[in-house]
Amino acid sequence: MAIIDPRHAAKQLIYERVFRSATLAAAIFVLLILGGVALSLVRGAWPAVSHFGFSFVTREIWNPVTDEYGALAPIYGTIVTSVIAMLLAVPTGFGIALFLTELCPPLLKRPIGVAVELLAAVPSIIFGIWGLFVLAPLLQRQVQPWLIGHLGHMPFVGHLFKGPPYGIGILTAGVVLAIMVLPFIAATMRDVFDTVPPMLKESGYGLGATTWEVMWNVVVPHSRVGIVGGMMLGLGRALGETMAVTFVIGNAHRISSSLLAPGTTISSAIANEFTEAVGDLYTSSLIALGLLLFLITFTVIAAAQAMLRHLERGGGSAV
Amino acid sequence: MKRRALRKAKNAAFLTLSLIATMTGLACLAAILWTLLSHGLEGMSWDLFTQMTPPPGSRGGLLNAIYGSAVMTLLGILIGSPIGVLAGTYLAEYGRKSRLSAVIRFINDVLLSAPSIIIGLFVYEIVVVRMGHFSAIAGALALAILAIPVTLRTTEDMLNLVPVGMKDSSAALGAYPWRTTISVLYPAARSGIVTGLLLAIARISGETAPLLFTALNNQFWSRHLNAPMANLPVVIFQFALSPYKDWQDLAWAGALIITVTILVLSISARVILALLHTERGSGR
Repeated sequence: MAIIDPRHAAKQLIYERVFRSATLAAAIFVLLILGGVALSLVRGAWPAVSHFGFSFVTREIWNPVTDEYGALAPIYGTIVTSVIAMLLAVPTGFGIALFLTELCPPLLKRPIGVAVELLAAVPSIIFGIWGLFVLAPLLQRQVQPWLIGHLGHMPFVGHLFKGPPYGIGILTAGVVLAIMVLPFIAATMRDVFDTVPPMLKESGYGLGATTWEVMWNVVVPHSRVGIVGGMMLGLGRALGETMAVTFVIGNAHRISSSLLAPGTTISSAIANEFTEAVGDLYTSSLIALGLLLFLITFTVIAAAQAMLRHLERGGGSAV
Repeated sequence: MKRRALRKAKNAAFLTLSLIATMTGLACLAAILWTLLSHGLEGMSWDLFTQMTPPPGSRGGLLNAIYGSAVMTLLGILIGSPIGVLAGTYLAEYGRKSRLSAVIRFINDVLLSAPSIIIGLFVYEIVVVRMGHFSAIAGALALAILAIPVTLRTTEDMLNLVPVGMKDSSAALGAYPWRTTISVLYPAARSGIVTGLLLAIARISGETAPLLFTALNNQFWSRHLNAPMANLPVVIFQFALSPYKDWQDLAWAGALIITVTILVLSISARVILALLHTERGSGR
């Protein structure tokens, strides 16, 4: 039997409306950020897009002196470094997830899991400085001469490993990226594997299957949507990663058939040149690169999220 | 019999490979930490915290960069986290099942892994171009935008963990939802929300790309938010790529400072979360 003071109740109602509107406004602000990013990039890129048209993405030239810009070399570098990163990180991440879910002694499970997640917390500039001073010389002295000597003369793949071992270049950038996205891929795959009902695995073991057979024939088919989602999340990271790549890619605006040669990526071109860019067309071309990167990563990350969400709702279990 | 041996061999081979993969991952973390420690400790001295970044070829410290990083990170959190917490509150309390919330959740997860350099370009377009010059406030805004998705996500998750009974009891006492949220839900989810803040600080304090063309850098001591400001990540970037030994040493020392800060923040966040889970687990 509460006695309600009408004035008090009216005040409460006003507070309620204010608070509710504030939370709603904050929530809508998140949408506005994404919209604002898209709009401002399109606006900033417009001079370059209208000047060069579609040829912006098909030309390799990048010449601030003659004011001619094409995005082909950065696009090529972005895709190739990311592909190298995925080729290295996906099997390794899969192995770590397999180890953590099936092999690891329970006592070590948390420490190793945490260590992998800490690797994800290390900021990208640290990977960059480490890549430049430790990994690049190591690859230059130990790995690249071997690649040139053994693979450089093979048919088909030979041209990928030709030329002098610079140390910095596309391959090194790919390796650094692989180490960076590894924790994301490993952690997502582990989480996905953990969602597989133990009953399914036990039935596999009950039929006499080995650990690997249970993994390959039961766990992987059951969680394939999540695996692909995790891979694409890692890919999204690799495509947009900036600082680590900027340190080790060599920043050369050309497409070289050799993986050992210096190159450039979309994000490292922006990071390296943006503050030094003079002239509206130069700045605008760099923003156009940013727009391209935004479109590519948005598509990849959105697809990854859609897949992982699908899984959360239990749709992934349909074999 | 032979088939069985083959299967066993295959199993052993793949399990060994998975062990090697795990070793590789851990070795990478160890190698990075080892390099940081060995190079960074060499450059550690009191000068780091008492002197400004030097001109090429002379010794100095990182005081202005550390100060700038602290100011911009703090400002970024102060601007970004209220928005993230409020938006998370909307998703968890008001619009739990609405279509709008589903869209916002999705967009937020995309923003969570979007390349930070894009956010830098965005802030450059809307702040730096308008103001006509680089500034610390632009850098802080870029960091704030990066902090929002992290705080939003953890706030929503943590509010969802609060037992429904507590909310119902508050409503039964005649409290409006805003009162329930502020007096019951926030205190109940406090440590979880703090965890989100720590993770957000850890995320933005190492960000370099969005500061490159917002806060830029400043070789001198500056407290003006309206002017370019030095910050650790950009100083590391410039000094590490320079040919000067003194600058490279400072870059390593700065890298060690940043990494230790971030690892301490992430580990404390994890410890708080772990404590929270054991509390919840034994409480019910």
